Amino acid sequence: MSERPSRTRALRLGRTFAAVAVLCALPFYLDAFWLRIGLFSMAAAVGAVGLGLLSGTAGQLSLGHAFFLAVGAYGYVWLAGEPGPGLPTSVAAVLAVLLAGAAGGLFSPVAGRVRGVYLGVATLALVFLGHHVLLTADSVTGGFNGRSVPPLELGGFSFSSDSELTLLGVPFGAEERLWYLGLALFAVTWFTARGLLRGRPGRALVALRDSETAAAVMGVDVARHRAAAFVVSSMYAGLAGVLLALAFRRVVPDYFGLVLSIDYLAMIVIGGLGSVAGATAGAVFVTALPLLMTRYADQLPLVAAPGTDDGTVGPTEAARYLYGAAIVLILLFAPDGLHGLARRLRARLRRIRAAPPPAGATAPSPSPASAVRAKEPTP
Amino acid sequence: MTTFLDTLFNGLALGAVYALVALGFVIIFKASGVMNFAHGSLLLLGGYLTAVLHDDLGFAAALAVSVLVTAAVAGAMDRFLLQAGGGADPHTAHVQTIVTIGVDIVILTDLSRRIGGDLLSLGDPWGDDVSALGPVTVADSRIAAIVVSALVITGVFALFRYTSWGLSLRAAAEDVEAASLMGVRLVRVRMLAWCLAGALAALAAVFLAAFPAPGLERTTGQIALKAFPAAILGGMASPPGALAGSLLIGLTEALVAGYQSELHVLGEGFGDVAPYAVMVLVLLVRPTGLFGGKAAVRV
Repeated sequence: MSERPSRTRALRLGRTFAAVAVLCALPFYLDAFWLRIGLFSMAAAVGAVGLGLLSGTAGQLSLGHAFFLAVGAYGYVWLAGEPGPGLPTSVAAVLAVLLAGAAGGLFSPVAGRVRGVYLGVATLALVFLGHHVLLTADSVTGGFNGRSVPPLELGGFSFSSDSELTLLGVPFGAEERLWYLGLALFAVTWFTARGLLRGRPGRALVALRDSETAAAVMGVDVARHRAAAFVVSSMYAGLAGVLLALAFRRVVPDYFGLVLSIDYLAMIVIGGLGSVAGATAGAVFVTALPLLMTRYADQLPLVAAPGTDDGTVGPTEAARYLYGAAIVLILLFAPDGLHGLARRLRARLRRIRAAPPPAGATAPSPSPASAVRAKEPTP
Repeated sequence: MTTFLDTLFNGLALGAVYALVALGFVIIFKASGVMNFAHGSLLLLGGYLTAVLHDDLGFAAALAVSVLVTAAVAGAMDRFLLQAGGGADPHTAHVQTIVTIGVDIVILTDLSRRIGGDLLSLGDPWGDDVSALGPVTVADSRIAAIVVSALVITGVFALFRYTSWGLSLRAAAEDVEAASLMGVRLVRVRMLAWCLAGALAALAAVFLAAFPAPGLERTTGQIALKAFPAAILGGMASPPGALAGSLLIGLTEALVAGYQSELHVLGEGFGDVAPYAVMVLVLLVRPTGLFGGKAAVRV
């Protein structure tokens, strides 16, 4: 009995290493287009994990995620750029994340008191008010046209294609370098978020979501935890904002609108509420789909190439159709999202594999994996 | 003084139209616990149908058809997409809210594609006529907006109060299980609520696209989003609250836009976002809106 947990752990460790190795090797084989998709997906995943923490685990509906992304992105650009304090870019990046957290903290008087749908619409206000500020505060945000993003420099190493760098015969431009940055930041997000969820704070938040009164009776400080969830989620959003700004190389106000907030909400719901892996899967799905559709528009049936006469369905529209339909269909057939779908698939596979020996002999011996699963929040 | 009265009247007309949309939100929320993000595209659908049909059918018939079709679409959306999952626990409502986002994306994409950059006229009978009302000159379409909204809203309140459907709806909003045990057909009550909300949205589209607005654009549906703060201000589960919230939002927007030169510190176009600022302030003081009751918690 003592052997099995260690064997599963070794198996899991091996799988993790394999995944990391593949992800690290990709820039040597993929061209810039695919790397950009990956980069945007990683940035989106960081933000989605943050929103998942807030809306999925703590049960606080937020439509204001775009605002905190904007705070991160613009915070970095302003702190590192001209006009602005012109700080070293790495310092600016860290401060931008903290700034986003502070913005979340400032909102906590509302977040701590307002619940459910009311909170959702209150955060909607953040997006619109924030957009208004981005448009009017010209000196900081550059107004309607936005600002260009100074590339990040870390100890003399620049994450841009300014300097020549060739590794193993592959020229390393901005995309290749940013890929590793994104990967590192995503890894940080992945492990910190999982740690949070599985530790005391995560349990407290889940208890809070399921019943505030019961949680308070068990000794959870309701207002403090609600506010903390908001701050932490905003910090992840700020990090995602910085990464997005670096990937886009220009920030414009119109990107950080309500549509972006809704996209993030769609990511965590498609992925499955309350799960880090689910949020990541949802982020990749929502980010990559429109980009892929645009790229392969000419090979898809019923889709016209961009720029042909109107009345036909262009690639961006086709992507929107598919995206909208995907949300409806996934939720219709799997209300617990991709994460739940994967879980059920795995359970079925295990049952098939366990089938050959007579069912009675290996009586329901719950594997350690299933014990872990039972602890996860059942949505 | 004239400017003030002018602004006041504008605000009132705006509030009346928002009230039509906000009432739809509240009805849907009361009946199903879902925040309908597809309301904007339902509104656009209603407007688009009126715009396309009014040449052949005349305005009144086109409006009637579009109201019916929009109501049917809203009802079908609830019956076949949202209720397909079944159940009424809060988590389901959460998921269903996101499903409406998906539906919104699909409908909005299609209508935007059809409308493109055009400005569609709805062929309403008021055109750009104006009448003098004491010292102020007001557009006929605005007067019509106020009158029609008042009539329709009175009608809806009467539906709530005097019909068996209204009674069922209120019972279901109060306690789903008890209502179900008393023989309330939840599925049908809920679907009818969605139909009613869709019809209200289609009607609101007419006044949003009428003079002095230039016509129906693909962004017209976004105006429905301003009814969110209106509904929240009043308390999401209270129809009279939605009415009060809508008037407040309409007046705020008109006043801020009307006195923009005095408020230039807040930046150009603050009128568009003022409703949200008001809402946040109100929520700070009253977390469940002006008329929202404090929910009793039973452990």
